[in-house]
Amino acid sequence: MNPVKVSNVTVAYDRKPVLQEITFDMPEGKLIGVVGPNGAGKSTLIKAILGLIPTASGTVDIYGKPYKSQRKLVGYVPQRGSVDWDFPTNALDVVLMGRYGHIGWFRRPGKKDTAIALQALDKVGMKEYASRQISQLSGGQQQRVFLARALAQDATVYFMDEPFVGVDAATEKAIISLLNELKAQGKTVLVVHHDLQTVKEYFDWTLLLNKRKIALGPTEEVFTIDNLQKTYGGRLSFLDTQLDPSHVVQS
Amino acid sequence: MWNELLLTLQDANTQWVLFGSILLGVASGVLGSFALLRKQSLIGDAMAHAALPGICLAFLLYGTKSIGWFLVGAALSGLLATYFIQAIINHSRIKEDTAIGLVLSVFFGFGIVLLTKIAQSKNGNQSGLDDFIFGQAASLVGSDVKVISSVAIVLLIITFLLFKELKLFTFDRQFAKGIGLPTGFINALLMTLIVSAVVIGLQAVGVILMAAMLITPAIAARYWTDRLDRMVIVAGTIGALSGILGTILSSMASNLPTGPVIVLAATVIFIISLVFAPNRGLVSKGLKLYRLRKRVARETVLQTMYDLAEEASISNQSMLFTRDQLLTRRRMATRMLDKNLHRLSREGLLNQTDGKWGLTAPGAKAAYEVTFNNRLFEIYTMYEMRFAYLQLAANDAWEYYEIPSHTLNELMELMAVHEHTPQLDPAHFAKGEKYYIANLESNDSNKRKREVKSS
Ligand SMILES: Nc1ncnc2c1ncn2[C@@H]1O[C@H](COP(=O)(O)OP(=O)(O)O)[C@@H](O)[C@H]1O
Ligand SMILES: [Mg+2]
Repeated sequence: MNPVKVSNVTVAYDRKPVLQEITFDMPEGKLIGVVGPNGAGKSTLIKAILGLIPTASGTVDIYGKPYKSQRKLVGYVPQRGSVDWDFPTNALDVVLMGRYGHIGWFRRPGKKDTAIALQALDKVGMKEYASRQISQLSGGQQQRVFLARALAQDATVYFMDEPFVGVDAATEKAIISLLNELKAQGKTVLVVHHDLQTVKEYFDWTLLLNKRKIALGPTEEVFTIDNLQKTYGGRLSFLDTQLDPSHVVQS
Repeated sequence: MWNELLLTLQDANTQWVLFGSILLGVASGVLGSFALLRKQSLIGDAMAHAALPGICLAFLLYGTKSIGWFLVGAALSGLLATYFIQAIINHSRIKEDTAIGLVLSVFFGFGIVLLTKIAQSKNGNQSGLDDFIFGQAASLVGSDVKVISSVAIVLLIITFLLFKELKLFTFDRQFAKGIGLPTGFINALLMTLIVSAVVIGLQAVGVILMAAMLITPAIAARYWTDRLDRMVIVAGTIGALSGILGTILSSMASNLPTGPVIVLAATVIFIISLVFAPNRGLVSKGLKLYRLRKRVARETVLQTMYDLAEEASISNQSMLFTRDQLLTRRRMATRMLDKNLHRLSREGLLNQTDGKWGLTAPGAKAAYEVTFNNRLFEIYTMYEMRFAYLQLAANDAWEYYEIPSHTLNELMELMAVHEHTPQLDPAHFAKGEKYYIANLESNDSNKRKREVKSS
């Protein structure tokens, strides 16, 4: 069964349509990159799938059931800029938040949750930073903490919004090897990505998005100049100078 | 004065009032922390001001002073004001702060009109509504205190039970929603808790200063800790202290309104925190900066002496250097150089002969240590990500002897690869064998250092 089935989803902010009639099935056990220009609705797509914003129409199924009944199967890494990093809390505490969905109301995280959170921090190479106040972390380290929080959710499908933005090369490598590890465990990961140079290298499948779905499929089939032109439109001249042809599939 | 204080404290009513003010202070400190972190300090202000017409209307409708109805009136007009604020933001291009200011002044103005009207009426004098402007804790009677305390206790219990949810919601609303927290409900709940904390404080603190009572303890608490649970406890304690101080002082001086005194007390605590809090306070920051500057200046001079000596020993030249040579080798302020040259010579680390400076035996050792430490740090910064596990904060001082031995070895190997290893061995240097080039393998002073590390 497909981990995620999006049918006919339309989203509008203040009557301005942002996503139009998006329909696609996500294949299981793949790393899927989502690319598109700024404002294409990439973040909106993730938020719509997770039910964070209301949709004007359409349905989303996670393993055949509505998201509401499948929350525990889903992990989420929001854009790093979406929270105030000066909040009085430390790295371990943020990762523990990934356990809240499993803990339930009123109860405090227990030993087992702390162990899982520490393990998640260890996976992203941040165990030593567990008690560090989050504002004292570099951008890349903050991103790793967010990633660790998603790992602590112990999900089967992950949605990550621009995890590579503003991180150092070492963090980028760490994230990519983590994504591959998740894939090896049979998990499905959808990643919003901004760097066209690395799409072919990082992702099995690619979703090209600009308000509508332009294409979805194995990267070597859909990541073509033709599709990029459709996605980025007038900004193609920018693409020509930015994109080394070897990074794109030649059709 | 102490007698007077004792007398005041023995009075049963004062004890009640004190009890109420303490709970009030705790509740506003705790919920103020959330208001502050949600960047909603202005909402608290709007709520407090907007409550006034509600209180007046409750009085007009009910006929006499009744804390219960006042609370209801205050809460209702506060919520109405929030609704207006939201409506203005949603349906116009006016931004939140402007909308809050607008609604706040209209509601407050309307409240003052009603208040004047009541004062002119027959039973206006005994209405006690004037107390709501600047607050008068002494005017609280037993039943008022009971209502206020019960509400405060309920607020604290709810906050305690839902602490985890409120924390996640305040930190990352999207994520909270993603894992299934009913964020709409929690938002409404938190707003209600904050509004309730404001409303129960109105009689004691007054509409004008209640927002300050909500936020000031929280801001002060933020200076003392980096954890939300502790911040909430500290803020509650500061709120309670302010409540106690304000109540006692204002009950000892007749006609002194409580609100300003409570807020003044909270502000004094805030200023103390701002100045004296460890780590975040101004004194602590200033001291750290001063020590760092002093240390850097001293080390710069020592390392420059070492660099010059190292170069001189390779090219077989004199190990004594003029001030100008030092200045050419490394740019630094001449005043700072002179000051440190003399300080170092007082410490017995430098020698001056014929206007030239040279390292003494202990000086050579110190200069070697400093140079070794700083060059190792340069290597560390080149490979920062590889050594990220060392968990160094940007403002921690770098000390090679705090580094685990295997990491130190790795760094020293890299230092050798980059030809950055200090070449001049202080042990031989000290014996007058000026031209000895240090050999890492046979260098027992280095070995000793490594052994110290691993122990
Ligand atoms: N909360 C919002 N209210 C109104 N418009 C929004 C909101 N969030 C996003 N938008 C608009 O929706 C469009 C898509 O945004 P987004 O999904 O963030 O794009 P992307 O992530 O692809 O850069 C943009 O035009 C943006 O301005
Ligand atoms: Mg986005």
